[in-house]
Amino acid sequence: MDTLNLLWEGFGTALTPANLLYAAIGVLLGTAIGVLPGIGPAMAVALLLPVTYALAPTSAFIMFAGIYYGGMFGGSTTSILLNTPGETAAVVTAIEGNPMARKGRGAQALAAAAIGHFVGGLIGTILLVVLAPTVASLAVDIGAPDYFAIMVLAFIAVTSVLGKSRVRGFASLLIGLTIGLIGLDEMTGQQRLTFGSLHLADGIDVVIVAVGLFAVGESLWVAAHLRHGQTKPIPVGRPWLGREDLRRAWKPWLRGPLIGFPFGAIPAGGAEIPTFLSYVTEKRLSKHRQEFGKGAIEGVAGPEATASASAAGTLVSMLTLGLPTTAVAAVMLAAFQQYGIQPGPLLFEREPGLVWGLIASLFVGTVLLLVLNLPLAPVWARLLRIPRPYLYAGILFFASVGAYAVSGQVLDLLLLFVIGLLGFAMRRFGLPVLPAIIAVILGPAAEQQMRRALQLSDGSLTGLVNTPFSIAVYVVVLALLLWPVLRRLLPGRPGATAPAAGDTDPAGTDPAGTDRSGSIDEERTRENASR
Amino acid sequence: MSTNTSGTSGTTPTDPGTEPGTGVSADTPAAAGGGPPRWLRGRSELGVCVLLFGLGLLVLFDAITIHTDFAQRGPVGPQAVPVLVGGLLLVVSLLLARDVLRGGHGEIEGGEDIDLSEPSDWRTVLLLAGAFLANAALIGVVGFPLSGAILFWGAAYALGSRNYVRDPLVAAGLSILTFLVFNNLLGVSLPGGPLMGVL
Repeated sequence: MDTLNLLWEGFGTALTPANLLYAAIGVLLGTAIGVLPGIGPAMAVALLLPVTYALAPTSAFIMFAGIYYGGMFGGSTTSILLNTPGETAAVVTAIEGNPMARKGRGAQALAAAAIGHFVGGLIGTILLVVLAPTVASLAVDIGAPDYFAIMVLAFIAVTSVLGKSRVRGFASLLIGLTIGLIGLDEMTGQQRLTFGSLHLADGIDVVIVAVGLFAVGESLWVAAHLRHGQTKPIPVGRPWLGREDLRRAWKPWLRGPLIGFPFGAIPAGGAEIPTFLSYVTEKRLSKHRQEFGKGAIEGVAGPEATASASAAGTLVSMLTLGLPTTAVAAVMLAAFQQYGIQPGPLLFEREPGLVWGLIASLFVGTVLLLVLNLPLAPVWARLLRIPRPYLYAGILFFASVGAYAVSGQVLDLLLLFVIGLLGFAMRRFGLPVLPAIIAVILGPAAEQQMRRALQLSDGSLTGLVNTPFSIAVYVVVLALLLWPVLRRLLPGRPGATAPAAGDTDPAGTDPAGTDRSGSIDEERTRENASR
Repeated sequence: MSTNTSGTSGTTPTDPGTEPGTGVSADTPAAAGGGPPRWLRGRSELGVCVLLFGLGLLVLFDAITIHTDFAQRGPVGPQAVPVLVGGLLLVVSLLLARDVLRGGHGEIEGGEDIDLSEPSDWRTVLLLAGAFLANAALIGVVGFPLSGAILFWGAAYALGSRNYVRDPLVAAGLSILTFLVFNNLLGVSLPGGPLMGVL
């Protein structure tokens, strides 16, 4: 009851004209960005971090949440019309969505995706309303050792669960931790890795790191390998669904969120694994199995509903524990830090207006997405024709504006460039970007919590494991670390070596990575094989 | 097969893109560059190991030179975490070297606008870097509206756009609009420079 009251007040916040406007801007911007090749929602939120200097926190987060949901939707448009997924979450959609579009059923595919997002977002957000306050109240007593354990879990999970190579994941994580070390030690005021520079003593602003790794690094990387001769999108009309399509799609829409939400909440790579699981599930359950690979509508409806629900799940762990499980959540966490707000169990007590306004705006955004996107789909499709030089020049332009706005110093632009080069090199050598960015954002906080815990225990390492909660978390961490060894001991599982066999093999062995290339490749091989 | 339908450019004279759906699919062996790819790749990743090792040493060295005799609070000082991170960097660099020598290699990141079947286009990257640094060098001197426009035009030029009428117009429009939005709406001041003084 209390929750409903708070939610009601949240709607009061979210439905003010100004916030409604920010939600609409966020949703439209997010969709546009999801459609545009080369920009993901994480980069979009990173590029928009400078607005945190001007907007009230509630408005800013309402906008960011709109971008997140909108980006999920926009990515599917690219998948369906171009066969090149805009986001990792939309990789699976291309398998069925693109054949549908080629058969002249693009309108139905887009409609199945749009309504799937609506249903997924709605169910996911309802689950968020039900679960988040409970999780927050359970977690409200957790102390320094528990926080530290959660952060260790985040570090280990992003490096071990995601990506194809653990050692490269760890390398990326350590690079991020090193960047996080730069500046004054918060407890003693000692300078670390500043080399006497006053500018570095403040640390490197997380805006610069995020924008550098995502935006500048990506632009330079694309510039080195720009594809000449763009793929032409398939023209499409206004989305609609026939009765037969509806009959086939409604169950996948409802099943998807149940898979997506829990996966979004745990640090297992956001939407990539659950969308794949949803695809496999729908294929097994479908009466039209022979159509899969040639344009089965279930294969669009299920994964898309899953993707949206996983975004809601991500927000549960971000808001209640301060634990970012995807790159977008990590950058949103950085935005919280910009405002000096610490997400975590206390957030629901200290900032109820902000939290519930944000949650209510998710409902608003979900509805806005459906209302705006069904009629606007042909417009979005036209965005795919933007000249690539303008697109990437624009990204660099806004990256520079954002970095300069941090403190108005040219040195920040040079730092941005250096971190951009780092991002370029990481892409070139297959080091995933996500562990680095999570380490930059969580690293300093993790150090503080660890030192606080050890202070309480007077330096004894048992101070890190003196609560049941932290012990449980470390058990999970150990299981993740030892997983390659454990897997060999488990009977009856085929080796995890052949990703092409993944079609019948749920994600347990599918090393779905943060890097898009791997999964796109897999998906293409799969697709080609099924032709 | 031109990059665009509306005549932005005389596209750079490389061969047209590969077949739409299959461009990236054969990424790993083909991508490394002009030279002998496999051998070169192996060696270049060892360079990453060396850099990580160097970074580890740097972090360790920086950590042990922190003075801890005063202002220490609690049993764990400001050195502990840097020592840990530096040490782990050394370990990971060695593990990575082992992985590379055993034939492992990082998966080069693909993407929708990325064609890994051709060698890296360093000229574009350098031009792009030049445009970026030009903005950094000029922003304090000529103001953001002008330096931002130079950045955008330069970057578009680097990426192959050659429309000498539309490119500068788009660049100037975007730059001035952004300046006005940041200065007047968001309250984030960007240097206007002499140009904005005149207007």
